[in-house]
Formats: sequence, C-alpha cells, structure tokens
Amino acid sequence: MTAVTTDAAAPDARQAGRWVYVSAVALLCAWVLVPLYFLLINTLSSPETVNSFPKPFIPEFDLGSLTFFANFAGMLTALKNSVLVAALTMIMSIAIGAPAGYALSRFDFHGKELFRLLILLTRAFPLPLLALPLAVMFIRTGLDDTVFGLALVHTTLAIPFAVLITFALFSGIPLELEEAAWTLGCTRLTAFSKVVLPLILPGITASAIFAFVISWNEVFAAAVLTIENRTLTAFLLQNLDTSPLHLKFAGGFILVVPALIFIFAVRKYLFAMWGIANR
Amino acid sequence: MAQIEIKNVAKRFGSYQALHDINLTIQDQEFVVLLGASGCGKTTLLRIIAGLETATTGEVSIGGRRVDHLAPKDRGIAMVFQNYAVFPHLTVFENIGFGLRMQKLPNDEVKRRVERTAELMHIEQLLKRYSGELSGGQRQRVAVARALAMEPDVILMDEPLSNLDALLRMEMRAELKGVLAASNTTAIYVTHDQVEAMSMADRISVMHQGEIVQAASPIEVYRNPAAEFVAGFIGNPPMNFLPATPAGDGKWSVAGQVMDGPSSGKSLKFAIRPEDMRPADEGLTATARVVEPLGAHLLITCEVQGSMFRAVLDSDMSVKPGDQLTLAPQPDRMRWFDPDTTLAVA
Repeated sequence: MTAVTTDAAAPDARQAGRWVYVSAVALLCAWVLVPLYFLLINTLSSPETVNSFPKPFIPEFDLGSLTFFANFAGMLTALKNSVLVAALTMIMSIAIGAPAGYALSRFDFHGKELFRLLILLTRAFPLPLLALPLAVMFIRTGLDDTVFGLALVHTTLAIPFAVLITFALFSGIPLELEEAAWTLGCTRLTAFSKVVLPLILPGITASAIFAFVISWNEVFAAAVLTIENRTLTAFLLQNLDTSPLHLKFAGGFILVVPALIFIFAVRKYLFAMWGIANR
Repeated sequence: MAQIEIKNVAKRFGSYQALHDINLTIQDQEFVVLLGASGCGKTTLLRIIAGLETATTGEVSIGGRRVDHLAPKDRGIAMVFQNYAVFPHLTVFENIGFGLRMQKLPNDEVKRRVERTAELMHIEQLLKRYSGELSGGQRQRVAVARALAMEPDVILMDEPLSNLDALLRMEMRAELKGVLAASNTTAIYVTHDQVEAMSMADRISVMHQGEIVQAASPIEVYRNPAAEFVAGFIGNPPMNFLPATPAGDGKWSVAGQVMDGPSSGKSLKFAIRPEDMRPADEGLTATARVVEPLGAHLLITCEVQGSMFRAVLDSDMSVKPGDQLTLAPQPDRMRWFDPDTTLAVA
C-alpha cells in the first residue's frame, strides 16, 4: 500500500523540486543580468532616450551617450589614470606575490602557517580605517595624489590574492619535476625558468589580471588619496550628483565591461585559489 | 670509470635518524639494488648520492672524486624518478633531449642521441607526443630514455617500476636489465620488491632501519642471510624459524628432533626455507592447517610444536588440513641465528 502511494507521489515531488530549482536559477541569473542589460541599453541609446520614460527594451545603438562621455572634461584623463594605476598594481603585486607563493609551496620555515593567516588578515581591516592614516602619511612623503602612491595601496589589497593563487599553482607542480631538471643539468634558477615558469605562466597571467581588476574597481582609496589625478571610479563618484544620467550609464558601462571580461577569462584560476581546481 | 664510494654517511631529519653510518662501495658498471621496506632509508641514501639531499655527516665519492658539496648537475649522474617526472610542457623528443640541450650540444647531435635512445626504449613513434598523451608504461620508457640519453657515469633509479601493473613490470624488468647491461653505466636501483631485486641485481644491499644489513649477490642473500631480518624479508614465503636448545657439543634439539649445528653455548634459532623440507620417515612432526595448491607446488602452512611453519612440497602429494606430516630439513640448507644479536651463526 505505502509503496504504491510513494510511487505515485514521487514523480510529482520530483517535478515540483525541478520547478523550484529552475526558478531559483532563473531568479539568480536575472538578479545579475537584468541590471547589466539595462546598463547596456542605456549606454547604447541617445541621451534623449536615456532621460525619457518609458525606456525601450532593445538598444537603439546610438553612440551619443558614449561620445558625450568621451568628450566630458577630465574623463579621458581619469580613464588613463585608471589603466596606469591598475597596470602598476598588476606588476607590483605579481613581483611581490609570486615569490611569496613559491616560498610558501616549496620551503618549510618557522611561522609558515602564521604567515598564511597574516596574509588573509590584511583583508580583515576595513579600508576606511587604513585610508585616512595613509592619506596623512602620503601627504608627508609626497606620495599623495600620484599614480604610484595609489598603486601602492591597491597592491596591498591585491597581494593576498596574488600570493594565494600562485601558492595553489606552485603546489600543483610536483617537486620531482624540478628535481629531475636539477639532475639533467639545471641550477635552481634554470630549472625554474625552463620547467616551472612555462607550466605556471597561464596562472600567473590570471593572477595578474585579477590584480588589475581589483585596482580597476577600487573606489574608496582612490577617492581619498587623489585629487587631481583621479581614477575613473573616483572621478565618476565625485561627479555623481552633478552629472547627467546618460553620463553615469556610460561611465558605469565602461567600468563594468573590462572587469567582467577579465574575471570570466580567469575564472578557472580563481577557483584554484580555494583549492577546488578542476584541472 | 665510475666507482661509487659511500663512507660513514648518516642522515638526521630533526630528531629522526634516517641513516646510521652507511658504508658501501659500488664497483664500476655494477648493478646494485637497495632493497628494503618503506621507511628503511633506501630512497634517502639514493637522494644523497644524487645530491637532492645532503648527508648530515659522511662522504660520497663518484669516480674517485668527492661530490658531497656539488650540485646534482655536476655529479655525472642521471636519475629516474618513481613518478617519472616527465615534463608536461615538452614533447617526448624535447624531454629526452632536455639534458643534452642543457649541455648546449649541437642540434644534429641532440637529434642523433635522442633518436638512438628512443629506439633503444622502443618509443621512436612517440617522439612528437606530450606526456599527457602517454600511458604509464610509455612515460616510464621516456623517463629511462631521458636518463640514458645523458650517457651518465651513474644512473640512479627510485622505484621506477612500482607504478606499473604486474605484467608490464615483469616485461620492463627484463628490458631494463638488458638496456642497462649494454650501456656500461654503474646503476643503483631502489626497490621494495624482492623479485625485482633478485632478478636484476649484481649485488643486493638489504637495508633495515637506516642500516645496511647485508650487501651480497642475490643468491648469497637468499641462501646465506646475514641476519634474521634478511631471512624473514627475502623469499616468498620467507624462512621458517624454530627455537633450538643445546643438546651436547654441536647438537641441537629442534621441536623434539636432534640436529647437527654450530658449537655454541646458548640457545639459538633454527631456520630453514620452506622449499628445503622433504617428506621423510624421520623428522619434524607437523600438523597441516592450510593447504594452498599453487600449480607447480603445494604450499602447506602447518604447526610444529605450537609454531607456524611453512613447507613447499611437490604438487603430486595429497595433503588435507589436519593431516600429520613428517618433514625432514635438507642438512646443507639449515641456518642458525643468535636470538640476541639476530645475526647468523656459522
């Protein structure tokens, strides 16, 4: 008896479960995609359409907003600053982070666990807490309102990720490969350049791109530490209440697109950072 | 000429003593197997010779030259690793030629030597492939070819066959032995597999708890184990042991039987290989417990005065569990051990 009832109920229950699953997925996708879609429509519409109501659901591919954005005073300089700061951040965080990741994966030293914890702890302090003392210090040393100064702060933010990603990548390369290279005529350095580096290069690139995105998206430190040489995020924030709607949309779009593309390109390595690599 | 001399080598990892005072001389072109259970220090010793590990104390010389302070690349060695360590970003050709390229040999010389060693290892059709496209056995061949292409004075192998399946292992064993004999290199081969050791070695060096217990030819190690550990480790099934009590000068009482043995004042252990027992009218009385027909032989696990005892008999015999057997040891194959020092007594 009972067996029959459950058999009859099971397909219904499974059907219902499936519906819940599908609608949850659809809802989550919409949560992320709908705002992005509106951003796209409004960027590719003429300023008049953006400011009118109701808005169309299909972009009209008018470059008016983007042209306005490009011609807005100071906008292109801010864009250039953003790229410069992000590139510097990328270079510095890899230059500092990758050797640390190598050391963590290859050598045993005292306080290794503490070191790993400390790296994570740098993310435990809210940036506002650090930004104000930093601003004071930067003004004293003359680093305030410079691209390099801001890149230093962004490097600090990006390093924990650079270390953890490269640590996971180096750990994925068996020590035996390096040892084999040593017995075949390599020094520690040539073994690294001929065996480890080629294997790890895609991962290093990914970690560099991630550092780039962190800097690209950062707004608080950028807003506090720069005045003349603002990055795009800081510049947009500064003009938030005074700028017209279509400028905000175009700016938002320009900010989001590179970050989205980059993150999508390196997603595999970001998973590797948490030890769930699917290689 | 590449004679290897290891003098008073010891290795300590923190408070753990991995190797105690190892002394071993390996002749030019000799094939020596370091045999022992895992954790006995055999791989550590090999890595010290390779230069991947530094000895805490002691000296290592290759070809009469002290090498303890040289980097692996300057020792004239090549090594085959347990997990092959084939470089995944290079083709088989570039893997085999890796060491030659490091020596900056001209392209045509690299090509000639890579092709020759590839042919020797029967992988000439794989030269364009990557490691990911190879089977375990093929990777193994690449690893050996890469070491041979260096034309080293000494080739070091760390359990190279342990990741292969049984059939492939047997095939590679014979092939490796032939290739190495033809290459005129001195070889040190680490394994825990006694069949590999017996079948390949010129000399077996049995290691136990960081010490070399016996270093001798395979047949000597098998017939005349220097210590109880060797007797119990080598041979499948291993030697049988029974307590022996003195019964007059040169006479010993073993499980109620009086046998001829060495002259010694105290109690000894009697030892015999299972295949050296014969059914006879007079001998040890054994009760069969388990009978395992192995085709060529019959392996019988029995009880002799409360001790477990194994005998390998002809498969024509019909024995059932519970049967009483009378087994006589072959007199020239009986061995005796001192229970205190565990060493052999002649």
